[in-house]
Amino acid sequence: MLVYLFRRLINVVLMLLVVAAVTFGIFFMVPKLTGTDPALLYVGKIADKVAVEGIRHKMGLDKSIVEQFWLFLKGIVVGRDYNAGTDMTHCYAPCLGYSFKTEREVWPLLLDRVGVDFSLAVGASVLWLVFGTATGIVSALRRGTALDRITMSVALAGVSLPMYFTGLVSLAVFVHQLGWFPSKYTDFANDPVAWFQGLVLPWITLAFLFAATYARLSRATLLDVLGEDYIRTARAKGLKEPVVIGKHAMRSTLTPILTVFGMDLGGLLGGAVLTESTFNLRGLGYEAVQSIASSDLPVIMGVTLFAAFFIVMANLLVDLLYAVVDPRVRLA
Amino acid sequence: MSNTDKPNLAEKSFLSVRDLKVHFPTDDGLVKSVNGLSFDLERGKTLGIVGESGSGKSVTSLSIMGLHRTGTKRGAPQISGEIWLDGEDLVSADPDRVRQLRGHKMAMIFQDPLTAMHPYFTVGAQIVEAYRAHHPGTSKKVARTRAVEMLDRVGIPQPDKRVDNYPHEFSGGMRQRAMIAMALVNDPSLLIADEPTTALDVTVQAQILDLIRDLQKEFGSAVIIITHDLGVVAEIADDILVMYGGKPIERGPAATIFESPEHPYTWGLLGSMPRLDRELQDRLIPVKGSPPSLINVPSGCAFHPRCPYAELTGGRSTGEVPVLAEAAPRHYAACHLPIAERHRIFTEEIAPRL
Repeated sequence: MLVYLFRRLINVVLMLLVVAAVTFGIFFMVPKLTGTDPALLYVGKIADKVAVEGIRHKMGLDKSIVEQFWLFLKGIVVGRDYNAGTDMTHCYAPCLGYSFKTEREVWPLLLDRVGVDFSLAVGASVLWLVFGTATGIVSALRRGTALDRITMSVALAGVSLPMYFTGLVSLAVFVHQLGWFPSKYTDFANDPVAWFQGLVLPWITLAFLFAATYARLSRATLLDVLGEDYIRTARAKGLKEPVVIGKHAMRSTLTPILTVFGMDLGGLLGGAVLTESTFNLRGLGYEAVQSIASSDLPVIMGVTLFAAFFIVMANLLVDLLYAVVDPRVRLA
Repeated sequence: MSNTDKPNLAEKSFLSVRDLKVHFPTDDGLVKSVNGLSFDLERGKTLGIVGESGSGKSVTSLSIMGLHRTGTKRGAPQISGEIWLDGEDLVSADPDRVRQLRGHKMAMIFQDPLTAMHPYFTVGAQIVEAYRAHHPGTSKKVARTRAVEMLDRVGIPQPDKRVDNYPHEFSGGMRQRAMIAMALVNDPSLLIADEPTTALDVTVQAQILDLIRDLQKEFGSAVIIITHDLGVVAEIADDILVMYGGKPIERGPAATIFESPEHPYTWGLLGSMPRLDRELQDRLIPVKGSPPSLINVPSGCAFHPRCPYAELTGGRSTGEVPVLAEAAPRHYAACHLPIAERHRIFTEEIAPRL
């Protein structure tokens, strides 16, 4: 188990290195292809040559790409000093560089943003996991009945309707017509009640979308599992039906759901662009869109790395849980 | 059969199946998986049910266990007839009563032990669960000791260590032994083995059959072995029941069935089986044609489209359903051929080729 964990952790580091290398490559290549100069993006359009060269030297943009990449990685681990003679700026670890636009450090900016995604993902995932899976299971156990057909139709609608439709409709009804919820995000630390109120709608809307997928997945999986020989064995042992379903069938049904859940959660933490824009939340997704629109390369890189980190970590977590759930994985 | 003699039969035999019919309604029509099956089984005896795929042998066993609802996704079957187990009719009994008997008084071993055991629970945990399901209030520790004891009994080395292994850590033969241990943990008086050796290595098959036979002697339970492999029943069964198209077509003591089979289908089965105790044949002779549709069972004798002697019955084979009739003491066959004619064909044409 320890060896497995160790191997997986090395895997995570390698994966993040690859993502960093690729994004860095793009970071380096894009200005060259579009004919823009990163140094110029820092100082602004009207700048004299000396200032541009100064900033180029300070940001290390005059070094070779390998050296720049090395400095970038080093910056993430131990922090980085940008200095040009007397003018010295220290960027604390993990240093992801400075935004072209705001000249703020990228890392604190991302930390500011991730709270929104974290709040959004945690609340919504609890909702969809509980309701989606429960609906799927009830549907499977009552397959062919009216209940099954209705829930599955609703689930199909949930899968098909895009976020910006359900989101806007719920905004129109619950915020603008009924005025039940504020349309503003408040930090949890500032006002937990307002935080909750502001997120109820995004949670429900996002959870509806995911719950539909989970309902369909858990229904299909449970139906599959119920046809397995070991379920027949469990019944042949004379176990009560709730034990057969609750213990034997559920154990196998929840395993694939766990996999998908890890991926979804990781993806959401890295930014939920549509939800954020629909509900006017300023999270990583919003930041990503903004930075792409303004070619703010350090921020794009930061968001990418951040998102990659969450997805990779979520996958690691899923794999570790999998090893706990499925004994056949442990030896692998 | 009159109503008065049913209880008598039930009293006489430990397991008594009377006119069992299991029909599955499907979109294509009514599938008559089992259509009028009767047999008796005493404690300590072994009955082999033989037949090709779709002859109704597995559905019979699942019906006895009350598991017929789970073996298929097509919906609940229509069941009629009687299954008397030690004086209780399982067909009309409350499903929860049947559940209490299941795994306790009657237990089952399945074909493929890899898929039949839950991959996420240890072998020990699964045996413990089977024991505690029928011994409520037993501590886990006691149940575990019992599980180790059973694993030891079925010949698993180092049972105190293996008890904590998962099914995938066992070999095929070991898994089937563990399945048997699980089935026998509550000392069932009826053990149903549905193709217990089909998924196993040939070298392991004999060991498993030996084990079942030994355990039967030890526990004195009644055993039903379901198989398409005549070699298996030759090894182990006291009586043999041959099924075709959901009906019994021949029934009798194992030795008699092998020495002087009455039904042309049984002849075909014997002719298609390689035998080491006979001289080498050029080829095995298969039974021509394919198993009948259970939705449109052939009229009259279900075997008539494949029977080489159908025309010798004077048209009865297509018009009249044959009933099991005593052809020799304790030996029944459902065939329209006159007994004398049958015996002549067998001695002149069939026996030399077997």
